[in-house]
Amino acid sequence: MRRMIRHGGIIEDHWLHVADDDALPEGDVIVTEARWHAERETLLARDGCIGVRIHGDTDLSALAPDLDSLAVIALEFPAFKDGRCLSQARLLRERFGYSGELRAVGDVLRDQLAYMARVGIDAFEVRADRSLEDALRAFEEFSGHYQLNPVGRSPRELRRERAAPARTAAAS
Amino acid sequence: MYRYDSFDQTLVDERVAQFRDQTRRYLAGELTDDEFRPLRLMNGLYIQRHAPMLRVSIPYGLLSSEQMRMLAHIARTYDRGYGHFTTRQNIQYNWPALESVPDILADLARVEMHAIQTSGNCIRNITSDHLAGVAADELTDPRPYCELIRQWATLHPEFSYLPRKFKIAVSASESDRAAIRVHDIGLQVVHDDDGRFGFRVFVGGGLGRTPVVGECIREFLPEEDLLSYLEAILRVYNLNGRRDNIHKARIKILVRAMGAEAFGQRVEAEWQHLRGDPRLTLAPEDVAYMQGFFQAPPYDSTADGRALKEHLDGDPAFTRWYRHNTVDHRQPGYRAVFLSLKAPAVAPGDLTDAQMDAVAALAERYGFGEIRVTHTQNLILPDVRQDALHALWQELRELNLATPNVGTMTDMICCPGLDFCSLANAGSIDVARDINERFDNLDDLYDLGDIRLNMSGCMNACGHHHVGHIGILGVDKKGEEFYQITVGGSSSNDAGMGERIGPAVAKDRVADTLESILHTFVAHREGDEPLIDTYRRIGVKPFKEAAYA
Ligand code: SF4
Repeated sequence: MRRMIRHGGIIEDHWLHVADDDALPEGDVIVTEARWHAERETLLARDGCIGVRIHGDTDLSALAPDLDSLAVIALEFPAFKDGRCLSQARLLRERFGYSGELRAVGDVLRDQLAYMARVGIDAFEVRADRSLEDALRAFEEFSGHYQLNPVGRSPRELRRERAAPARTAAAS
Repeated sequence: MYRYDSFDQTLVDERVAQFRDQTRRYLAGELTDDEFRPLRLMNGLYIQRHAPMLRVSIPYGLLSSEQMRMLAHIARTYDRGYGHFTTRQNIQYNWPALESVPDILADLARVEMHAIQTSGNCIRNITSDHLAGVAADELTDPRPYCELIRQWATLHPEFSYLPRKFKIAVSASESDRAAIRVHDIGLQVVHDDDGRFGFRVFVGGGLGRTPVVGECIREFLPEEDLLSYLEAILRVYNLNGRRDNIHKARIKILVRAMGAEAFGQRVEAEWQHLRGDPRLTLAPEDVAYMQGFFQAPPYDSTADGRALKEHLDGDPAFTRWYRHNTVDHRQPGYRAVFLSLKAPAVAPGDLTDAQMDAVAALAERYGFGEIRVTHTQNLILPDVRQDALHALWQELRELNLATPNVGTMTDMICCPGLDFCSLANAGSIDVARDINERFDNLDDLYDLGDIRLNMSGCMNACGHHHVGHIGILGVDKKGEEFYQITVGGSSSNDAGMGERIGPAVAKDRVADTLESILHTFVAHREGDEPLIDTYRRIGVKPFKEAAYA
């Protein structure tokens, strides 16, 4: 079984990635977007959960009606420098209200993990040749952020609050 | 100026620790060159011809004396005793050792500075008007907006791996001194009929291989929507910009491929979803908070120009400097003073550690401890009493910072070029020296009026050659250094790209060719019109004919 990071911890993962011309195995599977669209009914009828693998050019609105059926959406990072799926993740979370697992796959490396987490990705198939224990440290590097801050409010909010009592005091 | 609170300071300190660890992992072989590259670039570190080059961020060109002293300390301790100010109001060091960069960043953090996002495919330092806050033609101070944008852009998780670098400039004055139309996004502060502030939004400007003037996609963006609209533009670009070809990856290529109108519609459609998001909407108190940092210093309202008048009457050398290197100030009795970093025989934009320390002290004695960096690679002391100008001038002369050539042809913009940059086709600094020698008569230069001469060592156009009234571009011809010369560019409100006057010339012909351009200009000039106006009247042809006669 694959070891990976989910919700900030290292876990054993049972999901199977299935290529387009492979027979469907038992259990929970992640298929490509093309296969999902082509074999939607068959996939829904079988036992086991379904995940779909998308990439930077995927048109999310085509997937929108199916989001409730998908337990996992795997976001493909063909190279760690390709940031398109950072936008896709935010769109899925914020615009399409997707609440299942968003999983980074492909060239997934420690130094991009924190960015991924802040746009809503919660599971990471870190590249197999890298240490997961080392990768986990990526989440401890910053205690706050100007935007999309997972560990508290943004400085703009904090500053508004700090200013508010002063203003009230001045007014009274 | 903006001061960090504990949130800002913690973030910068944590960033230093992060980069220290990344550098350690790289040196230990845990990160490959390819993996380390974007990490170091997003901390300002290039690998150059001779050594690494470190680019330090100077947000919208504003420095305190304390920060300038730290820049001097870094030049002295980790480099060879000087730094190079760039056209994006930053400073570059050409000789730091990779291993010492985390220490340099830690030193910078002690004075609220960093090198975050000064390179790499991310949102770069926000640039603005170097006369912000003192200019008479300003609608409002643009720097509070710059700082809001800077914080929004810093370590933005969605926009840190863009197709290519991304530059934003903000101007709030009638005459554009920030070259906003040659930036990926240019924001001009305007107000609507009710007097509310907002922005005219330009996108897709840029220099480089494919120079383009930015197009307006929105005439009025309300102030509160600034960040949501920027987010919409960046998202459309992040998802649709080309990633298959580095030379076609800038937003200008996308805007051109889609057409500005269609691009604008895409942005508007995206924005409908983001508009009003409380996380992205500026409350009046957010803007007020930032404005609090940019209040006018305690000027002396009794300062006046009487002593100045005497000096002007009695000292022609001082008068020359006064006329060219100082400008009007909003506060009566004060002037803003340019320190020319274009002395003959000095690489344009270079400053030594001793000069930096001295400038820091002058900024305290002749102002309120503040220094500006201009995109033309000079410095400004923004708040000098008129009655102190003569004394300041004498001190600046001692420091070789009073060459009275600001705005003239020898006040040229010049990239570090062949001497430092691994991409250069041709040297720029020694050509600059040739030009200085040939055109050393100041009175002649003054007669020629405002001429912006810009020079780049290669097509990447760091020296903004396209938008120089005269532009010089280094090209490689069978291994030899040649120079392509253009006339008629501009980066102001009437931004446009220069036209070539013919085939590239050899190094020893550059000064001759410039001389021919100037002769043509003088022969056709009407009254006191500047070169750019003559060019617009007569076109490129007469310049061409004369240069290759
Ligand atoms: S224009 Fe070219 S030579 Fe000059 S600094 Fe930029 S990349 Fe280097």
